[in-house]
Amino acid sequence: MLRHAEPVMGTVFSVTVRDPGPGTPAVLERIAERLHRIDAVFSTYRPDSDISRLDRGELALDDCDPEVHAVLAACREVAAETDGYFSERPGGRLDPSGWVKGWAVERAAALLRSSGSRQYCVSGGGDVQCAGGPWRIGIADPRQPGLLAAVLAGHDLAVATSGTAERGAHILDPHTGRPADGLASLTLVGAPGTGIARTDAWATAAFAMGPVRALAWAARRPGVEALAVLPDGSKRWTPGLPGHLPASGPADWRTAVG
Amino acid sequence: MRRTVVTSAATAAGVVLLLSLKPHEASGPAPVIGSGAGTGSGTAVGSGAGTGSGTDVSGSSNAPAASASPSASASASASATGTTRKVSGDTVNTRYGPVQVQVTLAGSRITAVDVVRYPNSERRDREINSSALPVLNQEAIAAQSARIDVVSGATYTSDGYVRSLQSALDRAEG
Repeated sequence: MLRHAEPVMGTVFSVTVRDPGPGTPAVLERIAERLHRIDAVFSTYRPDSDISRLDRGELALDDCDPEVHAVLAACREVAAETDGYFSERPGGRLDPSGWVKGWAVERAAALLRSSGSRQYCVSGGGDVQCAGGPWRIGIADPRQPGLLAAVLAGHDLAVATSGTAERGAHILDPHTGRPADGLASLTLVGAPGTGIARTDAWATAAFAMGPVRALAWAARRPGVEALAVLPDGSKRWTPGLPGHLPASGPADWRTAVG
Repeated sequence: MRRTVVTSAATAAGVVLLLSLKPHEASGPAPVIGSGAGTGSGTAVGSGAGTGSGTDVSGSSNAPAASASPSASASASASATGTTRKVSGDTVNTRYGPVQVQVTLAGSRITAVDVVRYPNSERRDREINSSALPVLNQEAIAAQSARIDVVSGATYTSDGYVRSLQSALDRAEG
């Protein structure tokens, strides 16, 4: 087992490889370089990033890093898929972070896969993509730091959680321009084959939707499951979510999502 | 009224949980546990691993966290090795277990940050298994946390990571 943690993008990315080979350390180095490169291009906190310069009109889109175009196109796709609850300009300024962090996790995972690894887990600030398995993924309780609201388990999972626990009410409802406050956290499990980039962006959008709309929206998406923790601590989930709970019997899932 | 009752119940459960865990876990903000805290001196250590890049850390998740910190014991013979050196941070206790990082510096530039201690240890399992907690939902989930690989939604272990990293950097400068 190899583990590596990289502080980047204002959070920590962690990589766990269960089937490391002789080339794995070099791949971990390349992942770290890749993540820092993504940050240099896409950070909204760096005045010299392509995104900041593009937003200020100092750089034309065609002169940006080629990945900027693809990322902004992806943001528009997600906006269309989520009834406009996702925006690459959530606060008025150009800010594709809602796509970029999960996408960075996905890029890291792709580098591991291309190196031959089939048993790995990549997390970027709590957005998780795993290959192989089984992996056990704790869902942080947004109201009680250190406790978990649920535990999911399975193979090849993409799991993203949007919530107020770490950064307060920071997700804006693009339709109102105000912070969404109908949920404490919203966790999405991606459909099989769906990467964490889309899953994470969808989770951000679903959080902005509030619990009723979010669960109905997730339930309509084949293979997508959701767990919502409401501000009062009560939980709601899509009908298929229990399929991702640890396979130790009904009692286990009752306590995991009780 | 109903909401008040629910909130109170949740709070009571939380208090019970805290009391139950207290013998096993440093509570509150005091972050430093383990042997690394005892020295108080700088813990710059020579590169014992001998690896070239040193950007990864290998370790089984079953490694007992209760064992003496390798970096702390190595710090007795601390010596900055000229251009490249490794500096260990404090061991920071998180809800999921201890976290400790080690930074590798080339001059003042960080070339690697390795996690030398990570939660999910057997020791943590034993603590939880032996604590005979009352069966509450939260505690069932907390017990499961000892066997989780990763957390979605909040990065409390990352918080421990950052704190350990900061202490390492403070030492590197001092």
